[in-house]
Amino acid sequence: MVSLSKDFIFLLKMFFTFFKIGAFTLGGGYAMIPLMKVEIVEKNKWLKEEEFIDIIAVSQSVPGAVAINTSVYIGYKLRGFIGAVFALFGTVLPSFLSILIIAYFYKEVKKITYFNRAFKGVYPSILVLILCAAFSLWEKALKDYTSYVIFIISFILLFFFNLYPGILILLFGIFGIIKGSYENWKREKEYD
Amino acid sequence: MIENIKLFYAFFKIGLFGFGGGYAMLPLIQKEVVEINKWLSFKEFMDVLAISQVTPGPISVNAATFVGFKVNGVLGSFSATLGVSMPSFVIILFLAYIIKKFSSKIKATDYFFQAIRPVVIALILQAAISIGKNSLTGFKELGIAAATFIGIYVLKIHPIAVIFFSAVMGVLLYH
Repeated sequence: MVSLSKDFIFLLKMFFTFFKIGAFTLGGGYAMIPLMKVEIVEKNKWLKEEEFIDIIAVSQSVPGAVAINTSVYIGYKLRGFIGAVFALFGTVLPSFLSILIIAYFYKEVKKITYFNRAFKGVYPSILVLILCAAFSLWEKALKDYTSYVIFIISFILLFFFNLYPGILILLFGIFGIIKGSYENWKREKEYD
Repeated sequence: MIENIKLFYAFFKIGLFGFGGGYAMLPLIQKEVVEINKWLSFKEFMDVLAISQVTPGPISVNAATFVGFKVNGVLGSFSATLGVSMPSFVIILFLAYIIKKFSSKIKATDYFFQAIRPVVIALILQAAISIGKNSLTGFKELGIAAATFIGIYVLKIHPIAVIFFSAVMGVLLYH
């Protein structure tokens, strides 16, 4: 019984953490990365930086909103199926509630100028937040010569050719498996 | 009831085929909502986009909630939002389960993830650049960006507080 209530408290804490993240994810899915990094990696220490990066990779490669994919994955990793359910509801609820309110008053809310002004201020800020998150995750991802080459190729393909991220992740993932297995095989051969 | 099922089904499709998230899902949403089911006029659809830009959360969830409410009240909102999240939920749970099962036994998952981490950094940077292109348009914007940088790195303020501050700055600076 004691452990059950402890689990429930954890689930509630997780729910509120995702609710907070969901409420401040403004201006697209990537805006949630800096928030998640602070709340989930740094403050609560639920994930290591590497695990966080890996979850973003998987979430980017499958259909659906990145914010939902990422939180469902984190929820599952922390507390299995029920964790995924709590994380999903936490993330979606702020968006759901705010739209319900707006939809209810829709006819009167023709002038959302006040919000528009606020948002004009938020966008440059989000840009800096995302950049900061990218640079602080940098050293966990770019460790050797190969990883720099992968980074540069990916950046060029994404930026100039608008390639779908899932394809890049699959291609370099397979490349990684082949390279790792080959190096492993070579090491074992040297020991013989 | 039939309305709810229709909403669920249409938004389930949007969730399932909406690769790339966010704005990449817009043509799909427009097709289901405006053309096939005629739940919204094109003008209303544009209004939903405008609203989505000033409310938190993924654009697909915003659209689902709005359209659902218009068609069938709160229950409609719930059906549509459930529909749009369901594919993500099922696919991610399946993948997470597979990855968990293999990662402890097979070294290949390690190699896989190590190789794709730089791709993720490139993705995040690309997202930042595409936001920057549209938002860093003048001195006011650069000022807010600089203030954010100082807030995060020098003063070590929580990002949520920084976002809040920049929203207030937006209201004060733009007339």
